[in-house]
Amino acid sequence: MFFDKGRKVSTFIEQLVNGLTVGSFYALVALGYSMVYGVMKLINFAHGDLFALGAYLGYSLLTGATGKITASMGLWGGMAFTAFLVALSVALAGVLVERIAYRPVYPSGRLSLVVSALGMAIFIQNAVMAIWGSRPRAFPASVVPSLRFSLFGIPVTLLQVTILGISFALMLAIWLIVEKSSFGAAVRAAALDRETATLLGIDVRKVIFFVFALGPGLGGVAGLMNGLYYRAISFNMGWNYGLKAFTATILGGIGNIPGAMLGGLILGVVESLLAGYVSGAWKDVFVFILLIAILIFRPRGLLGEKTAEKV
Amino acid sequence: MMTSLLEVKDLCLDYGAVRALNHVSLKVEENEIVAVLGANGAGKTSLLKAISGLVRPSEGSIHFKGDDLSRIQACSLASRGIAHVPEGRRVFSTLSVRENLLLGKYGVRNSREKADLDSLEERVYALFPILKDRRRQLAGTLSGGEQQMLAIGRALVSSPSLLLLDEPSLGLAPIIVQEIFGLIKKIHEEEKVAILLVEQNARKALKAASRAYILELGKMVVSGSSADLAQDPRVRAAYLGTKACRDRNGIPT
Repeated sequence: MFFDKGRKVSTFIEQLVNGLTVGSFYALVALGYSMVYGVMKLINFAHGDLFALGAYLGYSLLTGATGKITASMGLWGGMAFTAFLVALSVALAGVLVERIAYRPVYPSGRLSLVVSALGMAIFIQNAVMAIWGSRPRAFPASVVPSLRFSLFGIPVTLLQVTILGISFALMLAIWLIVEKSSFGAAVRAAALDRETATLLGIDVRKVIFFVFALGPGLGGVAGLMNGLYYRAISFNMGWNYGLKAFTATILGGIGNIPGAMLGGLILGVVESLLAGYVSGAWKDVFVFILLIAILIFRPRGLLGEKTAEKV
Repeated sequence: MMTSLLEVKDLCLDYGAVRALNHVSLKVEENEIVAVLGANGAGKTSLLKAISGLVRPSEGSIHFKGDDLSRIQACSLASRGIAHVPEGRRVFSTLSVRENLLLGKYGVRNSREKADLDSLEERVYALFPILKDRRRQLAGTLSGGEQQMLAIGRALVSSPSLLLLDEPSLGLAPIIVQEIFGLIKKIHEEEKVAILLVEQNARKALKAASRAYILELGKMVVSGSSADLAQDPRVRAAYLGTKACRDRNGIPT
């Protein structure tokens, strides 16, 4: 391999594309953590398991009785419709999590919230296990587009390109909503100072609804794409992805929307390159060493805190 | 009887076992500046928070333009014409100056003519030219006085009929306080808005207001025209710091 420069470069690019694909899952999940944290100052530990719920709902929609979706609407139409249904149901689940597990304990302070969030994570994970069983499920090959081709000399799969395209489109849309729209400004204002936001006529309940619907909605779609990409899903997949995405959130700067996206992509690429060049078995170790290093050397993350607060 | 713009009657407010406001009544007429004076902890900020719905009173009533406000959501008051500039300015530090300003009309976006509000943004820039120069800057990078201007400007773009100002002079250098009070008078004259001003700086507040109330430990103890209050010996002693209140050795008590 070291004697073949061309091959070396193409391996590197292949790893990079793999890393970006995984990174885009992390980024989409990290967005949910970051948005909820920004507004609620709460780490929604149930978020990783909502991601898993998205993967399982997608699996059932594509393979179960409703597998007719793909048959009647074509592969792509069926896939898009499935993604839409998954986003909608996981968004609903996110809103329900807020209503059931968080809203009743707001007055009791942050520690109670964290405990409630952990409880919700365990509950969802076990609910998924109770419904779909503890053995991993596999997406049948018939529902996954398997076309392989070469893009500017880089070997990619059609699925990879689609996943990257959808992820980047979603991230761009979120960035535009949060940074450029007046509702986005209201969300950022409510994240900084709820009371003052209320005085300006911002309905903070709508903002909370928004982050608890949009974050899990994105996570659910990421779960579905993850299932299609790896073909196999397991009821406890949310734990690992949740931790990785949480690391990405810290890496980018928690509460910072562009930071979550950047953190996710960087984490995916770093993980994939280290797995490819050093050791696949140690990739999780590298990721969490990175987390520890950020917490020691740059706890505010790459893009966190643009300005010092004036008191 | 004509209804006042704002009428607060027998308002009581409790924080747990602590009574912050005890049967407080006050009125603000259209286009009038009214001051509420009092020491720290007298209940001035609680009074404004009760008016804008951030805290719920335990007794009494608040009427604005004849409507009872007790069951109205705090976030819908902006569209009814009440704008509240909170204590300590509370600008959104990581949002740009312009974003801060535009949020001021967020609550009224749907219910009024947008063109009107756009021209208000220009009027605010005319009142505070420094904000126009700095509109792309993050609000957290402004000086204290500029942040106060931004907080007031943010309230004005909603075209309010009542402006609640909570200690606009807090933590500002005397020369900036001078400037802010000059601007308050100017706003009152140009924008035809009634102002309920809560202040510890009694001298400045009495100069700006036509009437004033004095709040002590949650109770309204004195009220009257600013001119009368400025002459009242008790007020002079307790709030204007002139004569009277010194002991034998000339040390203020």
